[in-house]
Amino acid sequence: MSSAPDLNLDHVAHLARLTLTAEERAQFAQQLGDVLHHIEQLSKVDVTGIEPTAHAFPIVNVWAEDIPRPGLPVEAALRNAPAQRDHMVAVPKVVD
Amino acid sequence: MSELVFQTITELSGRLATGEISSAELTRTFIARTKSLDQRVHAFNSFDAGDALAQAVASDERRAAGQSRGPLDGIPVGLKDVIAVTGQPLTASSRMLANFVSPYDATVTARLKQAGAVLWGRLNCDEFAMGSSTENSAFGPAANPWDLARVPGGSSGGSAAAVAAGEAVATLGSDTGGSIRQPAALCGVVGLKPTYGLVSRYGLVAFASSLDQIGPMTRTVEDAAIMLGAIAGHDENDSTSYRSQIPDYRAELKRRPGPWRIGLPREYFGEGLDPEIGAAVEQAVAFYRAQGCEVKPVSLPHTPYCLDTYYIIATAEASSNLARFDGVRYGHRSKDAKDAVDLYFKSRSEGFGPEVKRRIILGTYVLSSGYYDAFYLRAQKVRTLIRRDFLKAYEEVDALLTPTSPVPAFKLGEKSDPLALYLCDIYTIGVNLAGLPAISVPCGFTRAGLPIGLQLIGQPFQEADLLALAHVYERAHDWCRRRPAFAAVASSG
Amino acid sequence: MPYEAVIGLEVHVQIKTRSKIFTRVAAGYGQPENTLTDPVVLALPGSLPVMNKAALDAIIKAGLLLGCEIAPVCKWDRKNYFYPDSPKNYQISQYDQPICLGGHVEIELPGPARNVMGEHKRIPLTRIHLEEDVGKLNHFATDSLVDYNRAGTPLMEIVSEPALHTAEEAFAYLTSLRATMIYGGISDCDMEKGQLRCDANISIRPVGAATLGTKVELKNLNSISYVRDGIAHEIKRQLGVLERGGTIVQETRDYDGLTGTSQSLRSKEMAHDYRYFPDPDLMPVQVDEGWKQRLRAECPELPFDKQRRFLEQYQLPYTLTSVLVWDRALADYFEAAVASADTSQAQAVGNWIVNDLLRELGSAKLQLAETKVKPAQLAALVKLVESGTLRTNTAKEVFVEMFASGEAPDAIATRRGLNSAPTDAGELEQWCRDAIAGNPKALAEFNAGKDSAINAFKGPVMKAAKGKADPKLVDATLRRLLATM
Repeated sequence: MSSAPDLNLDHVAHLARLTLTAEERAQFAQQLGDVLHHIEQLSKVDVTGIEPTAHAFPIVNVWAEDIPRPGLPVEAALRNAPAQRDHMVAVPKVVD
Repeated sequence: MSELVFQTITELSGRLATGEISSAELTRTFIARTKSLDQRVHAFNSFDAGDALAQAVASDERRAAGQSRGPLDGIPVGLKDVIAVTGQPLTASSRMLANFVSPYDATVTARLKQAGAVLWGRLNCDEFAMGSSTENSAFGPAANPWDLARVPGGSSGGSAAAVAAGEAVATLGSDTGGSIRQPAALCGVVGLKPTYGLVSRYGLVAFASSLDQIGPMTRTVEDAAIMLGAIAGHDENDSTSYRSQIPDYRAELKRRPGPWRIGLPREYFGEGLDPEIGAAVEQAVAFYRAQGCEVKPVSLPHTPYCLDTYYIIATAEASSNLARFDGVRYGHRSKDAKDAVDLYFKSRSEGFGPEVKRRIILGTYVLSSGYYDAFYLRAQKVRTLIRRDFLKAYEEVDALLTPTSPVPAFKLGEKSDPLALYLCDIYTIGVNLAGLPAISVPCGFTRAGLPIGLQLIGQPFQEADLLALAHVYERAHDWCRRRPAFAAVASSG
Repeated sequence: MPYEAVIGLEVHVQIKTRSKIFTRVAAGYGQPENTLTDPVVLALPGSLPVMNKAALDAIIKAGLLLGCEIAPVCKWDRKNYFYPDSPKNYQISQYDQPICLGGHVEIELPGPARNVMGEHKRIPLTRIHLEEDVGKLNHFATDSLVDYNRAGTPLMEIVSEPALHTAEEAFAYLTSLRATMIYGGISDCDMEKGQLRCDANISIRPVGAATLGTKVELKNLNSISYVRDGIAHEIKRQLGVLERGGTIVQETRDYDGLTGTSQSLRSKEMAHDYRYFPDPDLMPVQVDEGWKQRLRAECPELPFDKQRRFLEQYQLPYTLTSVLVWDRALADYFEAAVASADTSQAQAVGNWIVNDLLRELGSAKLQLAETKVKPAQLAALVKLVESGTLRTNTAKEVFVEMFASGEAPDAIATRRGLNSAPTDAGELEQWCRDAIAGNPKALAEFNAGKDSAINAFKGPVMKAAKGKADPKLVDATLRRLLATM
């Protein structure tokens, strides 16, 4: 159907750190266009003076006392790391 | 004994108690059956037979020592592959986590272990629980035991199919927009989505944090009550966990005989509802009326906006929740990244499947600069209105009755358009947006022999009432005793 | 055209808690790599945050100390951005509802002389919010290594209004802010350990202009003197650009304190879009009056308030107060010692602390808390001097011994026979008469009005007394006798 005029797919994919293939790009543009077109009807709802709901049930002040508990041993912490060295997670060079 | 794999928790725990069977025998039976059957059902991503047997032996030893821990002790229970178990894979059916092994237990896992359950297998689902058919699993779709050419629903399709096929006594699924109830309906089992906050989400791979809930998938309402009793209750590791008294749900089934005032939301019975499903639900309505319940139409006027509200909130939260999958600390890492930034793009693009990417992009978009107010903030406000609709209805009625899914199980590959698939959730997502409890119970079959689910929606934290309401219906019907032909053949052969 | 600089500071202060801000694994510095982690710190799938009450207490206390308005309700937001030191690739922070609003930091600018108090100013704050710290990246030739020990340490971001105008003011601001945080027990603010970090937004504009110039963000100001030097350097750089007819580019610059130069950080390909939204995993915080009252009761007197009081109550000279009040423990020590002595002896007590105690602590490389000299013992020493029992020079020796052993001053003096002679008035008077008689020249000079001539008699008296006479008493006796001659 329609592709959303406002959806800059490349920009949004970049924000999300995704590289899309040309095929994905074409497909997503059309599919997300349909979804966004459907979503447009939300603008019809009168939400004047309505508080947003961020949590299904509003409770406040959920915390714990500052009492340390044991964490993960370093071996367990790094067990799933794709690369490690000197007890640290290794990543390709970080360039700003 | 031939039908051992189709017995309920209640029945099996009785047999274990009398010593008629041992947990080890029971577990071996499920292992053997799964080995022979699951190539066709693909309800499991993986299972660790040795580990399950060791748990079963430990259960038998407890029982012998007079230290049995109750109805779940020794019962094989499967977990959707989004729930963490120490030392076991946790893949979320994603290539991203294909090799991930959890170093910790989810709270529900710890509680099931405490109850003595034999944790059995990692159940297939849509990737990161995003989908309604389990076709989005990176490891291949699961099949519906009632018709192997059809989907089991999703995203907890493996959890539903495993129960339906007799590969587990009970399972846990997770439900963000219907992911427990819809596959339960499509596979002819019971699926309960608890009130948001009743069951801890700690250790559940997050899809949409404000909507996700873990819940049981079982053969019967009574089994769901037993499972819920084991996993519900406040958890200090989940800030959204609610402090409430947990009743003995199983005992409460008999203490709450009704009658109830039941509302039929008129927006749930309109266009798009399969006529056979509509007829089956009408039969259920007639049943409740016959029980002396007052059944009346109610209105949830913002229902038409549920789908859009849901897809904005769920994808926004997901886009952020899934940012951690970057190939740095764990998960898929692209082999040819030239620097750290490149690592993100390549690892994520290789690791995520198309539906996950689509939702991450949609969620990123609705949160991005300039669109937040129009999409996300507006959706949160509409969410308030949707929730109010339900609470207003509850001024007049005790529970709501609807179909679970507008359609029965569809063919694998039949729905390729994302929007068409999203529409499968139209009767279930309002419940997640409002944070309410809801259950799907089998309520008949189509002429083609496909299961139909009835959804009952309860009031916040009143799961005991909801289960009792469903239990009354279930006891008067024998839907839960039916077996898929394939499974019956498989068990005799 | 005369220009003025406009500076706003963003200061990050780590809160000193035992466990991390959103999970209960221990927080700390200097531990072996990746030993302070758990599923939440590593952002493992399924992990969830739970607030640390102590971190909330600390930021509310910081807000009360700085005169902020404490929001009745605040919430948590996710700041979404990808970076390898950020485990979740979003940071839990506070966006549009921070916990502290407004407030100010009182600063003192350098006075006209070292012993004269400088001008005081109140630098207004925009806000203070709470967030989580990130991990630490170590860069190597071909890769980078990540240590997550620091990730999840509670971090306050204290944002000032663009109300500072010189590098000196920025320096004074940080000095005061740091002391306030240490006073409140909120943070140790050790910049070497990254417990206090500062970024500066700097622009210049023609004096009197209403709008701000293009701002440059200066990063890596990782010591208080780098803050001063870096800002001074940046102001000069911007002035130079304008003088050459150039324009200031909005950018982030990295200051290198060792070389005293800065360079532009490669600008990001795309502008940041943090996609803030309320964190669904955390519930809002509601702060009621009772909570604030409890914390207010724990708030200490701030350094500048203390200084004003010390000047007034103890009549201390400014220089002494400006040493005493910046260290809460030192000020407390001072007040405890004065309490054991007498208010009139406050200055003497202060001098002993600032000159002798600090010197001994410094050479022994000890903290104040480690000294064996109790405030009451120091007070006792001051009293011995003031009463003439110990001569000042002798008292210094006694103090050194007190510092080493923790023994009481009178015990040391007695044991070593250092007390001034128990004065036999008659004997002293005779020594004085002998001394006057032995130096008629000095007597004549004294009578002619040369007061200092009296000192010529003191030597012989002291010699006769074998050095144990109380100098004050000698002086008094000589004057009494001279008056009658």
